[in-house]
Amino acid sequence: MTERVNRFVLCTSGDSVKVYSTRTEEWLHSLQGHTNQVTGIALNRANHLQVYSCSADGTVKLWDFIDGILIKTFIIGYPLFAIYVSEKHDGIVFLHIAMDTDSKNECFQLVAVHLPKSAEQEVEAKELSAVSSRISPNPSCTAFGREGQYIAFARHLQLNVYFFRKQKTYSFSLKATDKKGAKNAFTCIACHPADDCIATGHEDGKIRLWRNFIHTKEYTYSTQHWHHNAVNTLCFTPEGTNLLSGGIESVLVQWQYGAGNRKEFLPRLGGSILHVSTSSDGQLFCTSHSDNKITVIESSFKVCGVIQGLVKGDAVLTDLMIDPRSKALVLNGKPGHLQFYSLMRDKHLYNLDIVQQEYIYEAGLDQFEVVKAAFDINGYWLATVEERGQKSSDLEFVLKLWAYDERTQSFVLNTTITAAHTDRIISMCFSSSEETTMLVTTAEDGQFKAWCQGADADTQQDQSFWSCEFVGSYHNLKPTNCSFSADSSLLAVNFQEVITIWSPDTWELLTTLCQPPGVVRDLCFGRLSCSKYLIATTTRNLLCCWNLLTCALEWSTSVEVSKLQPDPLSENVAAFSYQSKHTDLFVFKPSEPRPLFTHKNMCSEKIHRAVFVPREEPLNNCDESSQWLNRSQLYFLTQNMDLLTFSTATEEDRMLSSSKRLVIDDSVAVTPFYLLLGKHRQQQQKLNTPSHPAADKPQQPQGSVTITELLHTPAHVLPAASVLCSMLVSSLLISNTGVRKDPLREMESSEQEMNSEKEEEHSEEEMEACDSQQELRAQGSVDEVTPKLSKAQERELKRIRKTDFSWMTGLIDSKP
Amino acid sequence: MGEFKVHRVRFFDYMPSGIRALAFNGDTERMAVARMDGSVEIFHCSDRFFQEKIIPGREQCGIEGLSWVGERLFSAGLNGGITEYDLTNQKVKYTIDAYKIPWYTFLILCFYHLNLDRQKSRIVSLSWHTSGSKIAAGMMDMIQIFNVETGHSIHRMLADRGVGTSRSKECVVWSVVYLSDGTIVSGDSVGMVKLWDDQTGTLIKSHNVTKCDVLALSVSQNEDSLVAGTSEGTVVQFQFVSMVLGKDDKEWVRTRTFKNHTHDIRAVAEITTAVVSGGMDAQLVVKPLLDKIEVRSAASALRKIHFPHRRLVFCARNSGLMLFQYPGHLELWRLGESEGKGIPGSSLFVKRNPEKLLHLKVKGEDHIRCSAVSPCGEWIVYSTASSLRLYRLHCDNNNVSITKISKLPKVLSSANQLCFSSDSSHLFSASTQSSVHIVSLSQSGCKFVGTLKPKSGSHQAIHLLAASEDGEWLASANSDHEVHIYNLQTRKAHCTVPVYSSAVTAMGIHPTTNCLFMMYADQQMCEYSIEQKQYTDWSRTVQRKGLHRLWMERDTPCLNVMFNPQNPSHVILHDTYMLCIIDQSLPLPDDKTQFYNQLTLKSLTEDQRKSHSHAFKVCKTFKDILCVELISDQSLVVVERPLEDVATQLPAPIKQKKFAT
Repeated sequence: MTERVNRFVLCTSGDSVKVYSTRTEEWLHSLQGHTNQVTGIALNRANHLQVYSCSADGTVKLWDFIDGILIKTFIIGYPLFAIYVSEKHDGIVFLHIAMDTDSKNECFQLVAVHLPKSAEQEVEAKELSAVSSRISPNPSCTAFGREGQYIAFARHLQLNVYFFRKQKTYSFSLKATDKKGAKNAFTCIACHPADDCIATGHEDGKIRLWRNFIHTKEYTYSTQHWHHNAVNTLCFTPEGTNLLSGGIESVLVQWQYGAGNRKEFLPRLGGSILHVSTSSDGQLFCTSHSDNKITVIESSFKVCGVIQGLVKGDAVLTDLMIDPRSKALVLNGKPGHLQFYSLMRDKHLYNLDIVQQEYIYEAGLDQFEVVKAAFDINGYWLATVEERGQKSSDLEFVLKLWAYDERTQSFVLNTTITAAHTDRIISMCFSSSEETTMLVTTAEDGQFKAWCQGADADTQQDQSFWSCEFVGSYHNLKPTNCSFSADSSLLAVNFQEVITIWSPDTWELLTTLCQPPGVVRDLCFGRLSCSKYLIATTTRNLLCCWNLLTCALEWSTSVEVSKLQPDPLSENVAAFSYQSKHTDLFVFKPSEPRPLFTHKNMCSEKIHRAVFVPREEPLNNCDESSQWLNRSQLYFLTQNMDLLTFSTATEEDRMLSSSKRLVIDDSVAVTPFYLLLGKHRQQQQKLNTPSHPAADKPQQPQGSVTITELLHTPAHVLPAASVLCSMLVSSLLISNTGVRKDPLREMESSEQEMNSEKEEEHSEEEMEACDSQQELRAQGSVDEVTPKLSKAQERELKRIRKTDFSWMTGLIDSKP
Repeated sequence: MGEFKVHRVRFFDYMPSGIRALAFNGDTERMAVARMDGSVEIFHCSDRFFQEKIIPGREQCGIEGLSWVGERLFSAGLNGGITEYDLTNQKVKYTIDAYKIPWYTFLILCFYHLNLDRQKSRIVSLSWHTSGSKIAAGMMDMIQIFNVETGHSIHRMLADRGVGTSRSKECVVWSVVYLSDGTIVSGDSVGMVKLWDDQTGTLIKSHNVTKCDVLALSVSQNEDSLVAGTSEGTVVQFQFVSMVLGKDDKEWVRTRTFKNHTHDIRAVAEITTAVVSGGMDAQLVVKPLLDKIEVRSAASALRKIHFPHRRLVFCARNSGLMLFQYPGHLELWRLGESEGKGIPGSSLFVKRNPEKLLHLKVKGEDHIRCSAVSPCGEWIVYSTASSLRLYRLHCDNNNVSITKISKLPKVLSSANQLCFSSDSSHLFSASTQSSVHIVSLSQSGCKFVGTLKPKSGSHQAIHLLAASEDGEWLASANSDHEVHIYNLQTRKAHCTVPVYSSAVTAMGIHPTTNCLFMMYADQQMCEYSIEQKQYTDWSRTVQRKGLHRLWMERDTPCLNVMFNPQNPSHVILHDTYMLCIIDQSLPLPDDKTQFYNQLTLKSLTEDQRKSHSHAFKVCKTFKDILCVELISDQSLVVVERPLEDVATQLPAPIKQKKFAT
């Protein structure tokens, strides 16, 4: 759910509302305070700097979203599912609440709540009056009409229009289907701001425009059809000249109101469009997408900004991985892509196109999807497996190997193996030794294969490709997991109940380990001091640990483990256990069967993906229970695609304190460059000279341009000589100083210095806090030097301030 | 249900002609339809769109416009003539050659007194303002408004040409409608429906309706709805609705789109409860407007009329000959023969293929109005608007020859309907004033015997004749729903069947009981005993119990009534989609019983069958039936004209991109 003000875009995210700047796409702050999922937001029509939010925790909160201050909390007492406000109904909000206590019945009703006017921070609002009980659970299926005179809501095949003044509901029904296979169920509603016209979206992609709906018989509608699948969202522009619609096709369609089927398209926006909203002046549109993205679009139908969170695909099929180079989290992103996501900065870095085919946005198509990926220990190689036809019998899959290219700072396709195995690849891993990289894949055809970068004599030497080195099998059993020991001297491959240990140098079967009953589900080697241990989990709820020196079972315990995740930087192994509908976490060292840390009832879903993310700076926690988090942080993904992490108590404290200090009074990113430029701009505006902020171009010798300009301008149009004189002189002055050093780069370097300096101060790297602090300080660097800065820093800043930036004036003047 | 050998005939290449113009008369609820071949048909809108009257066309007589003036019907043709029709006798009354100015598509009676400014460009369409003082004319690239009194042009409004390649093409204003509030609506070849203000001559609004042409426009009687027909086969509705509820500032808003045609829509008309459209694909589509209908019923369902509600195929029962009536010629075929017997539902081996014996072209320009072949196959008769011709057929082995009978009695100058007696000895010819002439036929020639005249009643033309098997009785039905029964022995009117509100679509006299069985356009059926001059008990039971809902909801009229000589209680009926045998000895179904119960009956035992069976046995094996006839050797002839075959013979429609193809 997104709501747009000209400069800000607000969106709900979990139990908070996030505020982004539309200009810089930067995340400004969150409105935090709800204790459960925020289900809806609506701008306060009386005050355009305030926003209402409703939540499943049963409260409506009023915020000042610019400062991020909670103004009021109204306690309703029921879980709320959507909020609507209208300008006609001052002090009243309309809410969706569940009719029954259990929301499984999907019986919702629309209630009007009178918000009491009192000065208190927390008010109980008990004046509820039901408007209708024929409400769809989909919040897009309710909308206010012209001037708040009526409210239109639809459920299934029925459209209802309730007129507040007459207190009368008009209902219109459609047939479920017709001979041509139409699917007429309503999916969304929008009302025209000035005319009495209701636009409804339907399951088969039709858009109907209803008019004359005060007659039960003589109502009329026109039908437009472009979307091939359900229309997810509809929105009229504030003037009512256009209607925007979006759906799974990921195309924003702009219909000209009243001009039949004249329409414009903005295709390839990403995931399917879930919401469209417009700014109050109609200058900007913004769409939210299923892949966790907000696109900001100008009214001229050009994309002007993208706010991308962790890309949310249909499912995460790959493991969670850490790119050893960028320390970014790598997992499935856009369809057919791997996304690189920086956890430090909570920012999406980029998508790597693995499949390299155009993705077709249509439900039910079988398209290539990345199912497996693995990095080698240096982050130089990336192996991916893409698959198509999981549901049907003819499975297609491709194994690809990507090499990191230093020049382009990205992965480049090195080898494509189309028939790596005769059946689906189940798992793969790289060897962990530094010298030789080897990839092992196991597949359903009963074989595991080792792949090496072969030095083929025939091919040219400057590029070497991957080829198969060894094919192994064991009694025709199906191998499922493979793992290299920490020093890559051993390879463990499990064939159902049996774990086989191979030597990768000689490809000799060293030994087999077996602990029936139960097929081995997951296996891993211990690290560091525990590298002599091999840990495995079985389907019969057994967690076993073998000592590889004695080849004997060291210990075993009965626990149902859904995911086993070793920490690469310590001996610790995390085990997620799913029992009786909730997940428990155990952290243990293989050398001792007693867990280091236990967290019971962590969440209610099964965990299948988890990863240890190495910290840049190890923490020094004495607290025994959180020691295991000192070197790396554990992230895990729930089935709802929520990425969760564990943090220590001290971290939390710091986060809280930093967010309190965080006050930003302008949405524009406050960089030193901006402030310096802004200062100059103010001066210029005093002089009444035109200003152009677009000054970030590579600089040329400034004087010559100004002079040629001067010389080429006819004398009678030139300003007075006194004005020209100072300009000429200053421009000439710059030509001496400007060549010396690129001011842009200078500024960057100073910024970096500040960063590094600050990092010394705080060993913690919580990114939000750090960013804002940096901004704060940068702001301060112009007005007054904060006392926190070191002497050297201070000196550097002063030097910058003294640097003459009047060359900018010359540049600006010469620009038009 | 009996078993029949069926001749499935698919060699009747009947092609319905495209619809060119429509005119609706709200007072009498009649819709006049003009076709490409110049024929004019009258449909009764409130009687399930029964085709009451057909006025056949002529060669080279293209009708461009139709108009009702009171109860008189006029048409304007390409040749510049204006024609009035005699609807009682179903023929052309007179034709006036106007100044040889073609394309005056809307009828202007007082046009002769007008002397408009001479126009260089052709006028394509015209529309009068209700005041009668102004005319809007659609031309090439522009619309002009003329003052009728002075004959001068008031405004010239330029219609935009299309963009791109069509820039160089002229924009033809195919249709204009002058509304009483001074708004002029135009439909043009660029695909726009434009609304103009006649005071200022400015464009109010334009709607892009299609990529092709907007060919026809029609406004409803209270001017709150407008329909436009396009060459894509879509009908687009515009409605005059208030943009803000409860206020009077109304605007024309495009609302619904109907797609029921495959080809150009050349004519649209909005009647009280429906939109009627017709075009090159020759079907008349009646799309009901649900917001105007009080009670939804079978009478108000979507209706597509493909074939005429008259018989075009005649069978010589005793000789296996078939006569096909085309607009400009007749074809005589001999049915094929099959070998052996098969199980029900299987097809038999054809021993001898059907054979075309005769191709008889019509003399003169007029099209055939009616024709008949005698049961013995010896006589063929047809009539046009101006002449009647009788032929005698000689068939020895494979040599077929015909001789025209000259010296026909004077009364046989023209006929509305023709019929032979069952022993082929007499010809009945329906003539003006609802009278029937009797002519006796013999080897030597024909002789006028007498005229049967109704005692009283209307003078509407007769469209159905039925003679009894024993030569005793003759029944005639005219378009005023009157059915007269004559005694052929005395040559006197015997009685008149009580007049029912719906038209008779088919009738037949039972060979043994001499009861007249009648089918009506509203799907009711009646059996009338001629001898007792009253409805039979069975008929009264039907009326009392009512017919099954599914029977009443059929949307095509029954076109033939036959009797199974082997089982006198069997009446055989057919419409376009089904063949039905009514067993009068079985109980009638009520609304709760399963109507189409053949499959259920098959699965039941003999005893159970009795309790489940009812009078109606419907066979849906055949589709798009033009005619079913029972011939003497206990076999049925079913003449089908599959709509797919009709569609393939139509010119290619405008190519349209269809999603996911």
